[in-house]
Amino acid sequence: MSKQIVAPDVAVEAGRGTGVAPARMTYREAAREGLRAALRADPRVFLMGEDIGRYGGCYAVTKGLLQEFGPERVRDTPLSESAFVGAGIGAAVGGLRPIVEIMTVNFSLLALDQILNNAATLCHMSGGQVNVPLVIRMATGAGRQLAAQHSHSLEGWYAHIPGLRVVVPGTVDDARFMLAAALACPDPVLLFEHIFLYNMEGELSAGLERVDIDHAVIRRPGRDVALITYGGSLHKCLAAADQLAAAAIDAEVLDLRTLRPLDDATIMDTVRRTHRVVIVDEGWRSGSIAAEITTRIVEEAFYDLDAPVARVCTAEVPLPYPKHLEDAALPSPERIIDTVKSLLTRSEAG
Amino acid sequence: MSPAEPAPVTRERGLALLREMLRIRCFEDRCVQLYGELKIRGFLHLCNGEEAVAVGTMQAIEPEDAIVSTYREHGHAIAHGLDMQALMAEMYGKQSGTSRGRGGSMHIFDSRKRFYGGNAIVGGGLPLALGFALAQKLQRKSAITACLFGDGAVAEGEFHECLNLAALWRLPLLFLCENNLYAMGTAIERAEAQTDVAGKARVYGMPAEVIDGMDVFAVEDATCAAAARVRAGAGPVLLELRTYRFRGHSMFDAQLYRDKAEIEVWQKKGPLITLTTRLKALGLMSEDDYQRLEREARAEVETAVDFAERAEFEPLAQLERFVYAEQAP
Amino acid sequence: MQIDFRLPSLGADMEHATLAEWLKNPGDPVHRGEAIAVVETDKGLIDIESYEDAMVTELVVAPGARIAVGTVMARLSAERAAGAPAREAAAAAVPPQPLPSAGGPLAPAPKPPAPLAPAAPAATAPGRARLSPAARRRAHELGMSPEALEQRMAGKILHVEDVERLAAEAKARPSGVAVAPDARSAMRAVIGSAMARAKREIPHYYLGHAFDFGAVRDWLVRHNATLPVSERLIEGLLVIKAVALAAARIEGFNGYFRDGHFARSTAIHVGTAIAMRGGGLVAPALLDADRKDLKTLMLEFSDLVTRVRTGHMRSSEFMTATITVTSLGEDGVETIYPIINPPQVAIVGTGCVRERPWVHAGSMAARPVLNLTLAADHRVTDGRTGSRFLKTIAELLAAPEKL
Repeated sequence: MSKQIVAPDVAVEAGRGTGVAPARMTYREAAREGLRAALRADPRVFLMGEDIGRYGGCYAVTKGLLQEFGPERVRDTPLSESAFVGAGIGAAVGGLRPIVEIMTVNFSLLALDQILNNAATLCHMSGGQVNVPLVIRMATGAGRQLAAQHSHSLEGWYAHIPGLRVVVPGTVDDARFMLAAALACPDPVLLFEHIFLYNMEGELSAGLERVDIDHAVIRRPGRDVALITYGGSLHKCLAAADQLAAAAIDAEVLDLRTLRPLDDATIMDTVRRTHRVVIVDEGWRSGSIAAEITTRIVEEAFYDLDAPVARVCTAEVPLPYPKHLEDAALPSPERIIDTVKSLLTRSEAG
Repeated sequence: MSPAEPAPVTRERGLALLREMLRIRCFEDRCVQLYGELKIRGFLHLCNGEEAVAVGTMQAIEPEDAIVSTYREHGHAIAHGLDMQALMAEMYGKQSGTSRGRGGSMHIFDSRKRFYGGNAIVGGGLPLALGFALAQKLQRKSAITACLFGDGAVAEGEFHECLNLAALWRLPLLFLCENNLYAMGTAIERAEAQTDVAGKARVYGMPAEVIDGMDVFAVEDATCAAAARVRAGAGPVLLELRTYRFRGHSMFDAQLYRDKAEIEVWQKKGPLITLTTRLKALGLMSEDDYQRLEREARAEVETAVDFAERAEFEPLAQLERFVYAEQAP
Repeated sequence: MQIDFRLPSLGADMEHATLAEWLKNPGDPVHRGEAIAVVETDKGLIDIESYEDAMVTELVVAPGARIAVGTVMARLSAERAAGAPAREAAAAAVPPQPLPSAGGPLAPAPKPPAPLAPAAPAATAPGRARLSPAARRRAHELGMSPEALEQRMAGKILHVEDVERLAAEAKARPSGVAVAPDARSAMRAVIGSAMARAKREIPHYYLGHAFDFGAVRDWLVRHNATLPVSERLIEGLLVIKAVALAAARIEGFNGYFRDGHFARSTAIHVGTAIAMRGGGLVAPALLDADRKDLKTLMLEFSDLVTRVRTGHMRSSEFMTATITVTSLGEDGVETIYPIINPPQVAIVGTGCVRERPWVHAGSMAARPVLNLTLAADHRVTDGRTGSRFLKTIAELLAAPEKL
């Protein structure tokens, strides 16, 4: 088994113990900074994807990087997902550190065979001789009326596959620093950026230099109920928690940050303290990562539950184009609040 | 492929084609404004500059033929005769839209007119078209399938798989590559080691031709000839229609990947100008004709906008319909 | 006419832009489709165009300003063509009222769609309460029987705080006084009247049988060692089960004598005499005692005892026994001669187990001996049958592992 490859320390521009106020930036800018830092830190790192160079990136994440690092390291590809994802796998095995961008998770289906049958599986098939230190970034999620083929949330699907790691940055800090941790991982990491988060502004924590991709983090501690979530649903849960506080319901919000592996220890600790759980997950309800977490809670913390585990997921329908239908299908603060309240007030059996 | 006799250039023919192209141009331009006003949302891909391809190719389509297209399909849909009011209502997401508002700009369907989308995945329509052609062949129909796709799709594996299969099984499939030289922000010479799309098709075992996509007469003539050949059972044909997209890939496109000068060069030889200049030079039309046709087109678009404005949204309670078929076929 | 020129939305996720440059000045004409300004977005600089042939009359926003989509940037004046009425620029798309379907090309929905809320849990057996896992654990911690709670709070879901509340209430009630003195003397009167009736109407016959209880005790000790404290069996329970099984095999001891004849009962509900604190005896039934395993019977028995002692009995529980077992407990005398509870036709008693000289394996030994007695209704059975019944009970008890 290859040694753990650790990325060199990355200098932080904003306020490293200098007392400078934390930097305010968008999630998009934080992601761009993460890419820039990665390209600067390690000459083996290069980017590959559709329209990341001259176009500047479908979501403008890679804007300016071609100009700064040149076409060898910021490579525009043709529309050949299977080929360039597979190439990323091969390049990683061959000693480089590619960061492949699949424009959105919707197009990743064209590369599913490479991801599952090569990236996830080469280490095992070779008896540990080969590892795949590849990072694949993808935009994911719905909420912009992009209709059925452009609105998928498939990170839960990918989290089903042994051999992959799946991370879901939901904050500006994580958008900035999860990439470095992913690059340091010797195994293939899928990193999902929810499209709604790109415009989100936040503060980069002062003095923060790295994050891990192994742990869930409590974003808001609470006593009465836990909202367990990730990625694009995190801000919805925080908004719901604020509103619940006004109704004297103290909700804990747990940001999963990694879907594979799940941080069972932190999840169960939250369950043991709060006894009531709502999982908020933008995947379709059936067979969702929320279903997996529910089962693990039943397996590991059953006797701490004071109510059945509840889920708020996307309705069982391909995402429709009209706004009112799309909004009704997706998780929302309103649905989260309603679910919490019904958990707390149910007292009649059957 | 034996060159068919090109149809004669007449005033009647010319004005009819011009009228269709103006309908498309006015529709697309109105959509820009409506999108800016937040009436149309999501992604919007416009075909300004490519009207001759839409109008010329659709002349060769018979009522029983099937059409598969892409997310840049408004022009194809209008030229094929889909109801403009229903089309605009679909853009608005209203219940009286072509897909009941569920699909939006990228997913235009009309099964009665055999227009099967509207596909947001580049290259995703080709296997579907292959299937339609296969069904037509197995059912011994004289109908054919027209598959429209862009130069971007040439890079996808599906393109190669489908061309091979169509030729191998001698399917009645008319491949229409709308080569506007850019796949989103990637110019074709940066995506293809071999940019000759027609040449690739020949290698897969079918006749293929490059056509000037700005000349609606040329497009119509070539497509009718190709369609006739496919209809006769000779197997698939590919036409590479060279054209240019005047607007960005979609609404939100700063177009950092191409020069404004290049756009201007192409605009000067755009489909409307090309046709109008030629008809005027032949004395077959006047400026008044143009103005009249444009007014009529704008009025028609405006009526469609009125319809869409007044139309209703689908009730929320119906959210989970149409996931599965509601009627046995 | 005046037209407000607003910053258009150019993309699905565009919310703002910064005006980079005006391409026109007040007084300049602008054509439909011609660029009027350049704005800077996340994706870069984009031209925005006029939708009308018009003249620029006023520039409202200055270069460098960051504005939201829909903000008025400039004012234009134009002549509108007739028949194309001005339309107001919309804010976000209007969410619709839920209207009846206009009826599109497809048939109306055949059935209403599934609700978006998560499905309600399936109902359990009607009447049972349900404890959450955490509540169940808390009940154990507080020494309460979850099953007893479930029976009591039928139809409810119990959470941790419910269990804690019930425990606090039970504590608040003084122990040992389950029934008010008035109620106690009323109960004495009831019992007295029933016993008088029994003695008056039922021709009792009595049989007794003493036998070596040692093997049973040994088995019980071994068996209980494998069980958690809360599940350990008592000797009396083995007797109850043996009586039930015997009653299933031998006719005439399980049922009711009414209206001059005996109606046997196929169900065997063993009345279990339980002393109440402060005096009084009741004999509520363990239902279907012949069919349940020892573990279940023990749980139910514990529950009955708890409820008798805390006064939470249901009147129906006194009416259903089809045969009764009574005992003198740990420190009573050797033999009890019980009175049948009408309309039952038999009652089995056990005295206190005593060490006695006994012939055991051919020689004298001190053995624990149990005196088993039967009182039965001579209108239904006679001594011969009664003897078989009693012996069967003893035989069943002698093989406790099979109970």
